[in-house]
Parts: sequence; C-alpha cells; structure tokens
Amino acid sequence: MKGGGWGRWAAAGALALLVAFAVFPFAWALVASVTPEAELFEGGGGWPRRLTGDHYRALFTERDFWVPIRNSLVVAGATTAFCVAVGSLAAYALARLRFRGKAAILGFVLAVTMFPQISIVSPLFLLLRELRLINTYPGLVLPYLTFAMPLTVWLLVGYFRQIPPDLEEAARIDGATRWQTFTRVVLPLAVPGLATTAILTFIYCWNEFLFALSFTLGPERHTVPVAIALFRGQYQVPWGEVLAASLVATAPVAAVVLAFQRRIVQGLTSGAVKG
Amino acid sequence: MADPRSDDLRAERRFAWTLVAPALATILLVAVFPLGWTVWESLHRNDLRMPWLGKPFVGLGNYAEILADGRFRGALGHTALFTALTVSLEMVLGLFLALAMNRAFRGRGVVRAAILVPWAIPTVVAALLWRFLFDSEAGIVNAVLVGVGAVDEPPVWFINAATAWVPVVLADVWKTTPFVALLLLAGLQSIPTELYEAAAVDGAGRWWQLRHITLPLLRPALLVALIFRTLDAFRVFDLIYVLTGGGPGTSTEPVALYTFNALFQNLRFGYGAALSVIVFGITFALALLYIRGLGVSLSGEER
Amino acid sequence: MADIRLEHVDKVYPNGYVAARELSLEVADGELLVLVGPSGSGKSTVLRMIAGLEAPTGGTVWIGGRDVTRLPPQERDLAMVFQSYALYPHMTVRENLGFGLRMRKVAAEEIRRRVDAVAESLGLAELLDRRPAQLSGGQRQRVALGRALVREPCAFLFDEPLSNLDAKLRVETRAELSRLHRRLGATMVYVTHDQVEAVTLGDRVAVLRDGVLQQVAPPMELYRAPANRFVGEFIGSPAMNFFEGTLRREGAGCVFRGRHFEMAVPRAEEGSEGAAVLGVRPHDLGLGGAAGEGDGVLRAEVGVVEPMGSEQVVHLFAPGGERVVAVTRPDLPLRVEETVEVRIPARAVHLFRGSDGRRIPAAG
Repeated sequence: MKGGGWGRWAAAGALALLVAFAVFPFAWALVASVTPEAELFEGGGGWPRRLTGDHYRALFTERDFWVPIRNSLVVAGATTAFCVAVGSLAAYALARLRFRGKAAILGFVLAVTMFPQISIVSPLFLLLRELRLINTYPGLVLPYLTFAMPLTVWLLVGYFRQIPPDLEEAARIDGATRWQTFTRVVLPLAVPGLATTAILTFIYCWNEFLFALSFTLGPERHTVPVAIALFRGQYQVPWGEVLAASLVATAPVAAVVLAFQRRIVQGLTSGAVKG
Repeated sequence: MADPRSDDLRAERRFAWTLVAPALATILLVAVFPLGWTVWESLHRNDLRMPWLGKPFVGLGNYAEILADGRFRGALGHTALFTALTVSLEMVLGLFLALAMNRAFRGRGVVRAAILVPWAIPTVVAALLWRFLFDSEAGIVNAVLVGVGAVDEPPVWFINAATAWVPVVLADVWKTTPFVALLLLAGLQSIPTELYEAAAVDGAGRWWQLRHITLPLLRPALLVALIFRTLDAFRVFDLIYVLTGGGPGTSTEPVALYTFNALFQNLRFGYGAALSVIVFGITFALALLYIRGLGVSLSGEER
Repeated sequence: MADIRLEHVDKVYPNGYVAARELSLEVADGELLVLVGPSGSGKSTVLRMIAGLEAPTGGTVWIGGRDVTRLPPQERDLAMVFQSYALYPHMTVRENLGFGLRMRKVAAEEIRRRVDAVAESLGLAELLDRRPAQLSGGQRQRVALGRALVREPCAFLFDEPLSNLDAKLRVETRAELSRLHRRLGATMVYVTHDQVEAVTLGDRVAVLRDGVLQQVAPPMELYRAPANRFVGEFIGSPAMNFFEGTLRREGAGCVFRGRHFEMAVPRAEEGSEGAAVLGVRPHDLGLGGAAGEGDGVLRAEVGVVEPMGSEQVVHLFAPGGERVVAVTRPDLPLRVEETVEVRIPARAVHLFRGSDGRRIPAAG
C-alpha cells in the first residue's frame, strides 16, 4: 500500500513505539541485572546508583548456572540432530517421491504438531518411570521428539519442494540411483533449509518448559527454563539473579535469531502462508 | 501390454517407504501411542498417593467427576477468557503492525529483528520479565503509576484475579504478536501491488483499498494465524505457571495447569488422563472447525 | 548408437487425462527425429517415456533392440538436454560435465580426458572451474550439451533446448546442433513446439496432436503432402489457407465448389465426394496478373499489407469475411480496401475430407 507523507510518518511512528515496547523489558531487565539487590527493592524506576556484577557472578558460582546450560545444550542438541537427520529422509520422500498415502501422512504430521503437550504428559511420565529414565538426558530427548520430529518434517518438506525437480531427473538420466540423487544433488542444495530448520528446532527445544518440568527432578538435570523458573531466594524472589540468568539464557538465542532472521522468518511463514 | 506399475515405480515406492519409516515410527511411538495410553488411563482410577488401591477400571467415572468439578469449569472459563483476550488483541495488533511494516521501507529489518526476539525467548523468561515489571515493589509499572500520581499506594497486581490478568495478557501479547505480524506481513507481501495501483487510478481511497483488496486477499493468512494462535492460547501453561502459578488460589488457572496439578500435585493419574483427553478433544474440535472454515474460504476464493 | 522404437505406447494419467494414444514410432540408428506439436500435444511425455522418467500405461519401448519399458532411467544409457539445462548449481562446470561418468564409476583419468575433450570442442575450456550461476545463458546451454556428450550414450534426447535462448543465439545454436549431428552420426530425438526448428533440424519430423501421431515424414514431404488438415496448418509459415466447400465428380475430373469460387481439381479417388476443405499455401497464391488455365479465382479485399523486405505478406478478406493470407513479391503495388483477384493454381491445391480432415489423395 502506497502512502502519502502523513501515512508514512504515522506508520513510522507507530513502528517506533512498537519497537520500543518490544525492546523495553529487555532493556529494563539489563539495567536491573546490574543493580544491587538492595536498591532493587527500594521501588523500581530509579537508575542504579552503582553498578554491580554480583548477580552474574552469583549465577556461576553459587548457583552453578553452567549446569542447566549444559543440560539444555545436550538435550536440545541431541533432539535437533536426531530430528534433522531422520526427518530429512522422510521429508524428501514426502516432497518428491511418488507413493500412496502421502497426503494422509502429511496431514497426520501437521495434526501431531497441534497436539497439546499436556495430553501426553501422564503416559510419558509413567513410561519413563518404567524405563527408569526420569531425570536423565534420554528421558527428555524422547518426549521432545514428540513435537520436534513433526515440526522438522513439516519445515523440511517445504524446503525440499523448492528444489527444481528437473535437477533430480537430470541426475537419474546421468546414471545416479535414487539414493545417490538424494545425497549428491538434493541434500547439498538443501543445506540452507536444513540449517534454518535445525535452528528453529533447537530454539523450540531450548525454550520448552512443561516436559522439562515434569520429567526432571533436581538441579543436576534441570534445563535452563526450569532452573530460572525455580530460582528461590531466602525471603523473596532474587530478581537480580533471576534477570541476570534470563539474559544469559536468552542472549545466545537472540544472537542466533538476529543473525539468521531473514531465513527464519521465511521458514516460519512460507509453510503457513502456502497452507 | 506393459504393467503400468513398472519396476521403477515399485522401486520408488519401496525407497520412499524406507525413508519415511523411521520418522513415522518415531512419531507414532512417542506421540500417538502415549495418546492412546492416555485414553486408556482415563478409564481407570490411578492415584499414585495410594498405590495399594491398584488401578481399577472405572469406565467414564473420571469424566463424570470432571463434569461436576467446579474447579474444572473455572479452568475452562479462565482458558476461554485468556484465549479470547489474547487472540483478539494479537490479531488486531498483529495486523496493524504488519500493515505498518508493509508501508515503511527503511528500517523494516530493524523492526523485524526487534520483534523477533520476544518470540524467540523461552515463555518462562518472558513471564519473568513481565512479572518483574509488575512487581509491587521492584516493578517499574508501579513506580510510574505512583510517580504520575495515578494511585497513592503501589497496587499488588497478583493479589486478585482481575488485576492479575493484566500482566498475563500483556506478556502474551508482547511475546506472540510478532509471530502473527510476520505471518500477516508475508501474506500482505504476496498481494500484487498492481491491484492497489489500479484501484488508486480508479479513484479508490485508502480505506476502500483496505476493506476491498487487502482484507479479502489476506483471508487465508488471517485464518492460519487465527488457527495457530487459538490453539496455542488454549494450551497455555508456561506463562501462567510462572506469572501467577494459577493463583491467587486457582483463580487464574487454565485447563493445562489444572491437568498438571491433578497429575503432579494430587498424583491422580487417571483423573489427569481424563482431563488430558478432554483438552485434546477440544483442541481437535477447534482445529477441525478452523480447517473447515479455511477450506471453505479457499474454495470460495476460486472464482 | 542405437535405434529407438515405440510400439503402441499409451499414457493415461490417473485422473483420466490421455497424453499419448496408441503411439508407434521408429527412430533409425543415427537419425535425428523431431517431435513437434502445440503445447499439450504429448511430445514431452513421449520423450520422457523414452528416457524412463515416465512409465507408459501400455505398449513397449525399445532401445537398440532391448526392451527397456521397465528399466529406470539410469540403466538406459541415454543422455538428455533439458529446457532449463538442469545444471547442478553447487558443482563446477567440470564436475557437472563429469557427473554421469562419476556415477558410473569410470576411472578418474578417463573422466578427465573426456571432459577436457568435450570442453575443448564446445569452447568451454576456460570455464571449467566456474559455477553455473557465473555463466551466461548460451554458456549454460553448452554445458548442458557437453554433459550429454561426455557420456557417449547410445542416443540423445533434447527437450526444447533452445526455447530459453534469444532469437539470434537460437539460430546459431540450431546450426551448431545440426553440424554436431552430422559429425557424430548420433541417434537424436528432439522435441520442440517451433515448426521452423522442426523442419530445419530433422531428418524426419513427427507431428503430434493431443497424444496422437499425425504424420511422420521428412520435412519436405510434410510441407508438400500433409496427411491431414492439422499438419497442413501446423507446418509452414504463414499458415495454409483453408476454404470449406464440396467436391463433386464432373466428367473426367472433379470440381471443388467453395463459397466464393469454384475450380477444377485433379481427379480424386473413389468415395471422396461430399464435404471437403481446400487448402492452399500463401506462397502459392497469385495476386495480379492473368489467371491461368484451370486456376480458381477469388475476389477479395486487401486488408493489411505487411512489408517483410524480401516479400510482402498480404491479409485479404473474402466477401463473407473469411481471412485469406497471401505472400507476394515485395514490389507488387497494393492498396488497402482495394478488391483484387486472388489466383489459386490447381497444381498447388491440397484437398482434405470435410468430415475428419484427412487428405484426399489423387486417383490412380
């Protein structure tokens, strides 16, 4: 929509406001995270009289924040690796090969992404308890596959569809078997899509809360979201440390998202807009 | 007469199934099988606090109890309220944001980056940030309100349900509007500019263009956004767990949190399973409704 | 090199669409056969069935005496040049050229030798380390061609390889392909929708319409003796003129009566009487000058005169509004809206049955 001068300014103004609204909580949290505890409770709003790194230091010394970070990395990493590896095979077949039941499987995959997680928490808990996997890494990766696998497949199908089909035909005429066509021609061209899918899947796993809360018992296996949510202070919520932890937890995610924002937005919206 | 299903096609089919099998098996195993188990569980009484009672089959007994359960009805109400408020706000705000981003040429990247970050962080963190902003002593909202003299005493937002919803809704809007906006923006960008140019040449004003070109052509994207947001809002858990814990008491408890509490606080796994099934059923019904609506809308557009 | 044979090939899609019907075709060893037809005629489908990218629903495909109907593409020893070139974007030109050989586990030395030789002959030697994205359209086309040549297959398939080139390049490349064919003596099947390409390149041309083979013949025969009205209209530019009418036996010969003229035509075979269509090519019509013995004469009004430099294309309108196109020498003076006499020479006339468009052959 083309705008006249007034329209353009109003749009810009509105956008500026919205950007401020989006950024403000972070900015404020950043300020608070370097404000001494005592000052925080004097009534927020004032600029700190002195800055302190106490909260950040406490994170890594008293609270061993490395542990949840490591846990999240392992779980999210393992889930993503597995889902992208296995999912890319299925996605290629769904995108390019001819076989019956394709539409049904695609619909099924989409339906599973809409599963309410809470609905499978109880059987998963009982199952994991049977297998003695409560509070272990596999005990989280397994439930994470529930949402990560269909998500990965769904995203990758979109990417594989974009690869021109006559490249595969040319490869087959050139003498490549189907598997060779997939590995030598299609996969190399799908690398950007694979990377974006991996990033999105990793983010979803990193941010996951319900399963992590339900299937871990103690700080040694808590993931980052659970660890932060359960920070307990002696009398009240230790806001300084909580906010410091939040920023530490989200800074890498934010950095990755900012670096790949164009691809991420494309990946998120193309599947949805095309339906 | 050659066999139409030549060897080659059969080989392709075999190859395809080998590729699909691992992922499909995984999904069936970790998602579908537990769902079936939940249904089975829901027909039994399984109180983990009293394991000596065993797991007697009670048929639809749990469901009957749920229907009579006031706390469940409350949870449904809270969920409905949350869904209605957040979805409507996010759709409107998202559309507004998308329209504005579609117009402005410079700085679109900055805006997109800025709004992408709230979407990307864990809901838990978002909840904590907003909890902090609304904290009665350390929070800036109260500082501002007192500072400008709107109130004498800093209000305690989380002490009663009505005021507790404010930070909850705000936090969700803050976190999820970006997704809606980006989705709608993609939809907007797929509308050919020639339509607007032709309308402008014909003398149509901005409002007319919005009503007769933009909104109708945006309908599929709007519906998709609506589906995703409604389903997500219905399943809300992380946000409320951290912001209010469902409280005070259970006055802001949504269905997902109630189920969680039934399972892990009260350890009533049969009952929790029945709740899970109901949540799934409602989600499924909503999804069906929307998809049918989307299908009708799409086929109606093919004129 | 090998010959290619299609026997009674059908292709019916699950939704009922018929792309090819009872198609039987032979391509001799070393021949360049062109498949031509309007879009939707099934020519690409036929090519893909030869390649193995699509399976026929009926009939058999033979290559070099082998029944390949059920063989996948990689086992047919064919090479194909695609309309979009289908170059592997992530590989260099050298890797693109050598891909087929690598898949067949040919020794690296041999691959290098063949790739260098082909690159040399196509003028690609300097570009071997570039990626497709860094090449021009013409260069990409040559790489696609080179990839096929390197394989030294038993036959080549071309799917509208020139349609993405600009006009000048198209003409040049057409000549190159012709030269290449003569040099290699290779069996080639070439698909195009452009009838000019078809008649200039092909040893024989197969005209397709709606999945049915209309006529297979050397280009001149298609031009001079089209098997039906469709072929007559499709081959030759500007297209043949058609006049509806009736054919009657009169005395020793036949008479064609059209709406605005009648003329004697060579005696046609038994049973040809009835509704008929008379076709005559624009180049054969005469404007100005006296009518000869046996010529048909049509009075028409000059509509548009298009000067083409070496000739004039004249669009005329018969009294009923029917359009007639004639081609004359460039200096013939004509005025728009002037009514002229159009001569239809009896020797240049093509007769087709009114019912099904089939050619009416002369008697005896």
